[in-house]
Order: sequence, then C-alpha cells, then structure tokens
Amino acid sequence: MYLSRSARIALRLFVAIGLAFVYLPLLVVVVESFNPARVASWPPDGFTVDWWARAWDNAGARNAVWTSVKAALGATVVALLLGSALSFAVQRHRFFGRDTLSLLVVLPIALPGIVTGIALQSTFRFLGVPLSLWTIVVGHATFCIVVVFNNVVARLRRVSRSLEEASMDLGADGAQTFRFVTFPALRSALLAGALLAFALSFDEIIVTTFTAGAGDQTLPIWIFTNLTRPNQAPVVNVVAVLLILISVVPIWLAQRLSEGAFRGAGAGAVAAR
Amino acid sequence: MNAGGPLRPLSRALWRAPRLRLALLLSAPVGWLVVAYLGSLFVLLASAFWSTDSFTGTIIREPTTENFSALLRGEVYRAITLRTLLLAAGVTVIDVLLGFPIAFFMAKVARRRWRPLLVAAVLTPLWASYLVKAYAWRVMVGTGGVLDWALEPVGLRAPGFGLGALWIVLAYLWLPYMILPIFAGLDRLPDSLLEASSDLGAGTWRTFRAVVLPLALPAVVAGSIFTFSLTLGDYVAVNIVGGKTQMIGNVIYANVGPANNLPFAAALATVPVVIMLVYLLAARRAGALESL
Repeated sequence: MYLSRSARIALRLFVAIGLAFVYLPLLVVVVESFNPARVASWPPDGFTVDWWARAWDNAGARNAVWTSVKAALGATVVALLLGSALSFAVQRHRFFGRDTLSLLVVLPIALPGIVTGIALQSTFRFLGVPLSLWTIVVGHATFCIVVVFNNVVARLRRVSRSLEEASMDLGADGAQTFRFVTFPALRSALLAGALLAFALSFDEIIVTTFTAGAGDQTLPIWIFTNLTRPNQAPVVNVVAVLLILISVVPIWLAQRLSEGAFRGAGAGAVAAR
Repeated sequence: MNAGGPLRPLSRALWRAPRLRLALLLSAPVGWLVVAYLGSLFVLLASAFWSTDSFTGTIIREPTTENFSALLRGEVYRAITLRTLLLAAGVTVIDVLLGFPIAFFMAKVARRRWRPLLVAAVLTPLWASYLVKAYAWRVMVGTGGVLDWALEPVGLRAPGFGLGALWIVLAYLWLPYMILPIFAGLDRLPDSLLEASSDLGAGTWRTFRAVVLPLALPAVVAGSIFTFSLTLGDYVAVNIVGGKTQMIGNVIYANVGPANNLPFAAALATVPVVIMLVYLLAARRAGALESL
C-alpha cells in the first residue's frame, strides 16, 4: 500500500510513542528495584543493590518459583496431549458437533477467569476433592488447551495429507508415518504452543487463587501477598525484573521455531484473568 | 527401512477404522472440556439456585430463585453491570485505536527483518508479571507519583485512583492481546491485494477503508473478545488502582471470600457469562474465532 512520506513518519512516530507507553511502567519497575526506600516511592531516594542481594537468598520466592514451574509443566503436558488430539480430530475428521467443539475449546479463555475459578472451586468442594497442586494443574490446563490447539490446527491446515499418503504407499505403517512424517512437520508448532501454555500458566493468578490449596504458593500468589509489605515490595520488583530478563529466551526461541509463534498468543491471554 | 514395527497390527486396525480413530482422539479432550469444564460451569449454575444459612454460613442445597430476584431488584447491581460494560467497551476502543496502527506498521510497513524484533517487543511485556505491572501503575498514577512529578511543571495533576486510572491501566494491560491477533490477521493479508487496489486507482485512504479494514475486521473482533472478557472479570487491578470503584469482578470476589455467600456470587457470575456467550456467538458469525 502506498503511504506518503509524511504518513510513514507519522506512523513511525505513533509506534514509537505506543511502545514507549508499553515500556514506561516496566522501566519504573527496574528503577524501583534499585530504590533504597522500603515502600514504592517517586522519585527514588538513591541507589542500592541491597534488594538484589536479598532477593537472591529469599526462600519464599525460590519455593514459589519452583511451585509455579511444577504447575506450569503439568498444565503444559496435559494441554499438549489434549490440544493436539483435539486438533487432529477437528482437522482430519468430519463429525457431528465439530463446530460446537471448536467453540467449546475457546470458552475457558473467553469467559472471565473468575468464572472458571469459582466454577472449578465449587465443583471440587461439591465432590470433596481437597485443593492442591493438582487442582491448580487442572485449572490451568483447561485454559491452556486452546493455545496448543490453535497452533497445531494452523499447522495441520498447511501440511498436505499427500505426504502421509506417500509414506504409507512406500510401505510405512501408521506409527512410522507419524514418527517420520507427521510429527516432524508439527514439532515447531507443538513447541511454540507449549511455550505459550507454560507462560500463560506461569503468570496466572485469578484461577489459581480459587484452585490452590492453603500451602501451595505459586509465584503470582507470592507476589500478590508480598507486594504491599514494606521490605518485601522491592524484592518483588527484583524478581519481576529477573522474570522479564529470563523471558527473552523463550520468546526468542518461539520466534525462531515457528512463524506461528504469535498465533494464539492472544489466546494466551491469558486468559484467564 | 524395516517392514513394520511391533505396532503394525494396531496401526493397521486403526487405519481401517476411522471412526475408532476419531473416538480415541476425541475421548480425552471431550472428556476434559465437556465433563470437567462444562460440568463445573453447570455446578456453578446449579449453586446459583442454592442459598446460604445467614447464621451458620453453610450452603443450603434447596432450589430457590431468591439470588436472581435480589440481583434484579438491586439498583446497585444494574449500575455495576452497566459501569463494567461501559468500561469494557472503553478499554476495547482505546486498545483498537492504539493497537491497530502498531499492528499495521509491524505487518505492512516495517522492513521484514525488523518484524521478529517488533513482535518480540510486543510479546515481552506479557511475560512481566501482571501484578507487578499493575503496581507499577500505582506508583505512576498515585498522588506524588511519576505522573504527578512529570505533569507538575505544566500545572496538571495525575488522575489519582478511580475509574479513570482503571481505564488507562486495563487498556495498558490488555494492549498486547489486541495487537497480536490484528498483526496475525494483517500478516495473512497478501500485499498483492493492496497493490491491486492502488492499481485500480484507489488512494491510500480508500484502500485502507475498502480493502484493509474489512479483511482485518475478524482479527479486531478476536482481539476485542480478550479485552472485553478480561475487563469483565478483573478484580485485581480494580483493587490496586480502582480506588472505591465497584466492578462485577470484585463484587463476585467479595461474595466468594469475605461475605462467604457462594450462591449469590454464582448468580452474579452468570451476568458476565451471558454477556460473553452473546459476544462469542456474534463473533463467530463475523468469522472471528478462526483469528484467535
């Protein structure tokens, strides 16, 4: 599309301002992590790396990271299995209720997280299931399925079935065809979906609040309980900065692996707030 | 290659029976989504017809429509629903206005090799904790905060905590969820269509209005599903920057937690569910679900 020189410049300026708007609060978090004040204040009182040292040996934060990793891994595995099975069914077969099913898979992220949260909580209570790490995994997996599903369905749509037929014609059985033809074509889509599912689960707070047992503190819940405490709030800022820095790796990986990496990222939405 | 592994008989049987294959593929995900998820939504709906013993706080499992009639009688709940809906619409409008030009630049104007970098720039804030970002805004909009400090020389003041701050903060938090689907939608739109339009004599504005906008609409609707639903259910940001503002989300939360009236919370929760179901059905007609 032809854009005049001035339109181009205006657009570029708009994007620059937009991205500045996106990054300004993150910058505030970085600055606050070096602020000696014990509660958030502006402008900063000075400069200190004390909070960084304290964050390093904060057992609570470390345990919370570990709990979050376990919950996110569990949710990702369930979402990978269910999401890819569902995408094969929807993309390769015609059956009654197919359209309803593709609406149903979106529902957990399209309904507000608080609804999913209290629905699961009242069901667990009704059935007498004690809340634990496992119930967190159930809650997270429910809204992560769609992320894997979206990535795999988009890939399956593009991979021609004739490749699989050729493999079978050459004498491979179903298992071999899956191992040598279908799976390699899907690998990067699966990985991108898994990364997104992991990220979604890792940052989720609302569904977690309703499905976590008393002793299970995921990182977002740890952050929520510590953000307002003097002496702890700056440590939370340090943890947040570390998370942003670490997150660059998976984002970069997902980008390299799949042009579809951003697909369903919205879905990621994170859904479940 | 060998003539077939030990799984050969199994894989042959599956190949010959596509219905069996489908049943195996569907059993686990349908079991999870229909039995576990829809099942628990059903339990939620059912508990909206229960009541709480006001003395002991235990749930009485006898059907009553008292929760829904209290909901319909209360002026307060109507006002809260309306306020939440307006806020969701306002947040969506800001995100479209900010997100569309950014997504358009990323997909159609920026050089190809800059694209992955721009996508990463939009994705990175998603990984920063949602709570930490909300608190960063508390430092920004609060009295004596960053905005006050920056605006003071011009003689302006920060909005303080309340509906206005909530509007800005929610629009900020959900912006990436709007940019990404629009970017994906515009990225799928072939450049040749835009060239054809200008070859046929359309100017920039006309091409935008007659070609780009209609084809990108499903993606915009897909993004708006997120901004809408996330705003409808939020209670965390409301507590952090909303001041005394009451939204559906935090009224539900207050009834689950401190007030310990789960049946009434369940009745309240049907409000965003109904709104989102209507929204989703409309979005499906616009073909937006494919763009999620």
